[in-house]
Amino acid sequence: MNLFQEFTKGFVKENPVFIMALGLCPTLAVTSSVENAIGMGLAATFVLVFSNMIISLIKNLIPAKIRIPAYIVVIASFVTIVDMVMHAYFPAVHKNLGLFIPLIVVNCIILGRAEAFASKNNLTRSLVDGFGMGFGFTLALVVIGGIREVLGAGQFLGFNVLPETYKPMLVAILAPGAFLVMGLLMGLMNLKKNK
Amino acid sequence: MEFIGKIFALAVAAIFVQNFVLMRFLGLCPYIGVSKKLDSALGMGMAVIFVMTMASSFTWLIQTHLLVPLKLEFLQTIAFILTIASLVQLVEMIIQKTAPALYKALGVFLPLITTNCAVLGVAILNINDELSFIESVFNGFFAGVGFTLVLLLMAGIRERLEKAEIPPSMKGMPIAMIVAGCMALAFLGFSGLKI
Repeated sequence: MNLFQEFTKGFVKENPVFIMALGLCPTLAVTSSVENAIGMGLAATFVLVFSNMIISLIKNLIPAKIRIPAYIVVIASFVTIVDMVMHAYFPAVHKNLGLFIPLIVVNCIILGRAEAFASKNNLTRSLVDGFGMGFGFTLALVVIGGIREVLGAGQFLGFNVLPETYKPMLVAILAPGAFLVMGLLMGLMNLKKNK
Repeated sequence: MEFIGKIFALAVAAIFVQNFVLMRFLGLCPYIGVSKKLDSALGMGMAVIFVMTMASSFTWLIQTHLLVPLKLEFLQTIAFILTIASLVQLVEMIIQKTAPALYKALGVFLPLITTNCAVLGVAILNINDELSFIESVFNGFFAGVGFTLVLLLMAGIRERLEKAEIPPSMKGMPIAMIVAGCMALAFLGFSGLKI
């Protein structure tokens, strides 16, 4: 697989959310608006790229038995950095995402890539994989967030996109809407795959 | 009396009004992953209740008596995830030695719990909500009970879904999401509850 394919595989073919169903908690929790979705996606991408980088560099130094705790410490350090940076420069997004920023630590996408990819591949490929998977995750969040924001508030990124006469379906931005939209999107992906 | 009232309010909030899975979107991976069979759902639920109660007390003690006096609050994420990971490991070893029957029932679920975001989530929420030690322990316990409740409901529904006629592309994960959405709608009814 060349580097470009390595980069794009995360977008559709191996999309972490739709195909592999990883990282469901943040996916459903923060997608009530596109703004939050982008914030979460970029935060996770940052952690993913840097943890992939460090892990692929130190993969030969870590004994196999304690590799998972070691990966978690690496990931938690970068999550702490993201948490502090967002708190300082993007207080509004930080407040909206709240609990889900420290919870990036237990996002299975990041630990999954560390274990399945970065611990077996060299630095360049791990970096490319981190970016690809991160953008795939962001893409999925934006798609779900977009559908929910348009249906639930008649807006996209805060701008009105539907005519005044449209009555927002409030349920789409509440908790049940997240599950319903996600379920229907996964069904559509399966339908496309089976054809 | 006032104390009992407070604990009761915590219980209602953690189990129904702010249910960890359906309203806060924490612990979705095991919720979708381990809800295919009723008995394995029960095993997972028990293990989660146990670990959440333990984790709530340990992380509260670490935060109050270690991180705050040493002004190391920024290490919260790292400290908590390591505490939970080692706690799970310890519990696993103790149960394996002392209660082989229990280990047989819960064993396979224990490692999965480290990456259950509900555990780290409840630990952080206890600190954010400024609960006292006793309240934290109860909050952890009730959060686990709430998780187990919806996990069991889900498993019961999914056992019946096996025999239902579902469009092929909706089978498995997508229909589970739709069911979760309907359950979240039902739980939304509790949100008017104020104590």
